[in-house]
Amino acid sequence: MANLPRVVITGVGLTSPNGNNLQEFRGNLLAGVSGVKPYNIRHVGDTVAGICDFEVTRHQKRKEARRGTRAGSISVYCAHEALADAGLELDKAAGMVGGRDKSRVGTYIGITEHGNVETENEVHNVAGFDYDLSFWSHHHNPRTVANNPAGEVTLNLGLTGPAYCLGGACAAGNLGLIQGMQMLQLGEVDLALAGGVSEAIHTFGIFASFASQGALGAHADPARVSRPFDLNRNGIVVSEGGCLYTLERLDDAKARGARIYGEVLGYHVNSDASDFVLPNAERQAECMSAALKKASLGIGDIDLVNTHATSTTAGDLQESDALRRVFGDSHDGESKVFVNNTKSFIGHTMGAAGALELAGNLPAFNDRIVHPSINVEDLDPGCAHAGLVLNEPREVARMDTILNLSFGMLGINSAVIIGRI
Amino acid sequence: MTRDEIILAIKDIIETIAPDEELDSLNVDERLRDQIELDSMDFLDIVMELRKRYGVQVPEEDYKELASLTSCADYLGPMLENVELKVGA
Repeated sequence: MANLPRVVITGVGLTSPNGNNLQEFRGNLLAGVSGVKPYNIRHVGDTVAGICDFEVTRHQKRKEARRGTRAGSISVYCAHEALADAGLELDKAAGMVGGRDKSRVGTYIGITEHGNVETENEVHNVAGFDYDLSFWSHHHNPRTVANNPAGEVTLNLGLTGPAYCLGGACAAGNLGLIQGMQMLQLGEVDLALAGGVSEAIHTFGIFASFASQGALGAHADPARVSRPFDLNRNGIVVSEGGCLYTLERLDDAKARGARIYGEVLGYHVNSDASDFVLPNAERQAECMSAALKKASLGIGDIDLVNTHATSTTAGDLQESDALRRVFGDSHDGESKVFVNNTKSFIGHTMGAAGALELAGNLPAFNDRIVHPSINVEDLDPGCAHAGLVLNEPREVARMDTILNLSFGMLGINSAVIIGRI
Repeated sequence: MTRDEIILAIKDIIETIAPDEELDSLNVDERLRDQIELDSMDFLDIVMELRKRYGVQVPEEDYKELASLTSCADYLGPMLENVELKVGA
């Protein structure tokens, strides 16, 4: 990427089951505070989920929230918070965002899926009218089109640049970030709002499908259901959330004296081409290696890998295998890498996961503390790695680079490398 | 429903679909769109809620009859004569 403009993260807007801004989120990741709570949804009944409690009406009128979708509300919240965090003033009357014209701001939002929530709601609604489709809402199409979350951001903020969603299953958060970076490098936009969102907890189908697959987690204590790498892990916690970054070209960020969270040094996306749901360690390893190559980095240059690990038996084993293929099995030889996981705190925020989990680790560039993977009582030997940071945060000597992994169904793998500036 | 009850019913529906608006000071004879923020999707919502709550079918060519609260009462009066008011549905 040497000949292309360098792109940096200058703002973070997020809502997570355990925090509605980066400070809260990071604080809870260091304090071991889970965001997974008891939850009830029709047809499924009592279960658990990662639920966000951000203030919807902080940035939306009640009518907007009613007309739109939960994914839209999450996106609007994250977009406003990211701009504010970056110190970029939104002047709707003048059509300017932090000195850029509204037409030069791009919005790129990763989604695992979109439309399930609204479709289930409408089917439920017309079932109450004996399936008379004259009761089917005219809001259904604008709520379910795949660009809905990004489109709601443009409507709310008055942005006229390119805005769309990237469907990438649970790798989607990284895809949003990558797309934003690329569009800045191509000169298509001068500012990108990029990341991922998830409204997944509002569709019973996701819970039911994971349950049918034998992949929906359970434990008497909600906070302990999501336990990647633990020998007794038994599945995923479905969560909602969102994280959008403001991305800028390094020169622009420096020119305005912006605070810089980190630089996107490298990335890669590839495909398993092997199974609808089962991951593939060989392809995951190829994805990581290709990202390292693009960043012109060796394994000894990576200080932290934030794993995708979802707390399923197969997924965590495959990813651990992939990690060993790339980094070996130690962290005090050629590789000095530490390894952690964020889903142990917040469950699986689906389309938001890549972006949100990266955000929780960015402050490590300043404090050199690796947040742990919690809930590991009995480490699965198949998931063991010398660099794993388990249950307690660890202060480390060096924190200059983070490799963020996100994988998804149909065999999509993504890796993003962020460097400290 | 009486005329006053029909106006109450419409205001109750508008309160649901346009929750940010102040409805107490609405002039019954003025066009709703001139007084509060209502677009075509909102009028479709009003029609949908009338169908759901009161079983009233308003054909597209009659949407103009819903312009003001008074015109709503004029138009819906005969249809809702024997229908009970449901507020807060």
